[in-house]
Amino acid sequence: MDTPSPTVPQDRDGPYGPHQTSHGHAAHGQTPVELPAELPAALAEATGQRGVTAPPKARNRIGDTLFLAASRGSGILLLVIMAAIAVFLGWQASKSLSSNTGHFFTTFEWNPDATPPVFGIAVLLFGTVVSAVIAMAIAVPVAVGIALFISHYAPRRLAQPIAYLVDLLAAVPSIVYGLWGALFLVPHLDGLTAWMNDYLGWTHLLSQSDGVSGSAPRNLFTVGILLAIMILPIITAVSREVFKQAPRMHEEAALALGATRWEMIRTAVLPFGRPGVISASMLGLGRALGETMAVATVLSPSDKLNLHLLDPGGGTFAQNIAAKFGEAFDNGRSALIASGLMLFVITLLVNAAARLIIARRKEFSGANA
Amino acid sequence: MAKRIDVSGLSAYYGSFKGIEDISMTIEPRSVTAFIGPSGCGKSTFLRTLNRMHEVIPGARVEGKVMLDDENLYGPGVDPVAVRRTVGMVFQRPNPFPTMSIYDNVVAGLRLAGVRKKPLLDEVVEKSLKGANLWNEVKDRLNKPGAGLSGGQQQRLCIARAIAVEPQVLLMDEPCSALDPISTLAIEDLIGELKSRFTIVIVTHNMQQAARVSDRTAFFNLAGVGQPGRLVEIDDTQRIFSNPSVQATEDYISGRFG
Repeated sequence: MDTPSPTVPQDRDGPYGPHQTSHGHAAHGQTPVELPAELPAALAEATGQRGVTAPPKARNRIGDTLFLAASRGSGILLLVIMAAIAVFLGWQASKSLSSNTGHFFTTFEWNPDATPPVFGIAVLLFGTVVSAVIAMAIAVPVAVGIALFISHYAPRRLAQPIAYLVDLLAAVPSIVYGLWGALFLVPHLDGLTAWMNDYLGWTHLLSQSDGVSGSAPRNLFTVGILLAIMILPIITAVSREVFKQAPRMHEEAALALGATRWEMIRTAVLPFGRPGVISASMLGLGRALGETMAVATVLSPSDKLNLHLLDPGGGTFAQNIAAKFGEAFDNGRSALIASGLMLFVITLLVNAAARLIIARRKEFSGANA
Repeated sequence: MAKRIDVSGLSAYYGSFKGIEDISMTIEPRSVTAFIGPSGCGKSTFLRTLNRMHEVIPGARVEGKVMLDDENLYGPGVDPVAVRRTVGMVFQRPNPFPTMSIYDNVVAGLRLAGVRKKPLLDEVVEKSLKGANLWNEVKDRLNKPGAGLSGGQQQRLCIARAIAVEPQVLLMDEPCSALDPISTLAIEDLIGELKSRFTIVIVTHNMQQAARVSDRTAFFNLAGVGQPGRLVEIDDTQRIFSNPSVQATEDYISGRFG
């Protein structure tokens, strides 16, 4: 502090008179604002406190009470419904599980109505997880890219229509995707399937067995691609909203440090949006795991668990239920419900894992800024 | 480290609206220059033209010349990203990155510039935090989130982040307006220390502050409602506050308007 210290501004009564105080305004002829004389009485009337002698008592306000009851009731109702579903599925499933002569987790075939009943979810579990993983691996990066383009790159005139289009895609019913997948995607993936078989066949996963090479790609990989297209809009829409919420002041902080646009996004937008992108991905994953019609129209199901993902065959929980429920007898229905229970459990586990990932970095979430 | 800034004929626009008009001034190295003036007169806009932050607002553009020693910041082929690494900035509201620890906040600029060596980063963190008078308060919790500090500490963290990249110039846009008097005093003391190393420009609404910390003071004003802001005068701080050459300056600092 070796600056010269002028006396005027520090001294209120210096030659320029007082400043930055209410006196300053009064001195220039401005009168203070007068409140209407009847205001205190009106306020007392409105709040039900007449007279000023007694300290105001806490009152039960009807709006607060109602809202508390409504929100608490909704929360409890949600838990009750979840528990009811779990109990119902468990009860219905237990009948077939006790008569099963196969092993529920490792048996490949699905013959619950045979005598003796033999069924297992190995193929379904594998198919559901693999198609969902393929879908996520394709959809999440693309969705984040589109969301960033809309929120931070595109000029507003372009961003608005694209955002609208994405929202529209999210509303297309899954049977439409299924028909498009069966009638358009499957025939057009012949070339890609053959190409992957030739050049990526060494991975074993992305290859076709000799016996089926050249057959229509009604396989788990095609299902994964179709699911990716289906879940892309919802992940994009939610991620875009989150990225748009990234605080302007943190973006400017990054820019002022000499960040390029991409570096600014990496520094201030992506870390801020991370929990939102995870939540968005969970929404998409939920849809991919439970998708029924689109899978049923594209896949040609079988009871084979095949590590060649380009071979036709396999199945998913939802597809299997849709395909078998109509002609199932008592034990068959019960077995299908058992598989539904597994899907329910998988979804819960995945969501819990996502919650854990988000909670682990809560301190750094940006929500407390 | 410090460089002289020479501005001539600078105007800044928001779309078709002209925010500031025809500003020329020289800002001396290793000194503190304060910008004062009523709200909306273009002080902050002008400040943001000095590190090319004005143009990040959609539709915003700048005309004129800003010479940093002998380099025109608005010359053809000049990269705004490189300019912002040379001219650091501290904002009105403390804005440490909430997703980063204190340590990561300080080295954010260095990491952007590609510095990865841990010993070097450690050294810069200590030096910058000491430079911002924050080291003793945070040295035991460098891995805690920067957003967990108090407002005044956050602002000093932002100053540490800005000086960590060793800029030539440090721009401060009302750095104390969101802080309590004790934190304000800490920042003002810090500005007094930093001016031996940097050229400092500070926008402030607090005229006592301008008088306390600055060597030179520039007074900005609007030509009228809807008109662009202009530079009224710039002079030694002592002279501006005791015997300004323009009547409007005297009216403003004595509280007769604004």
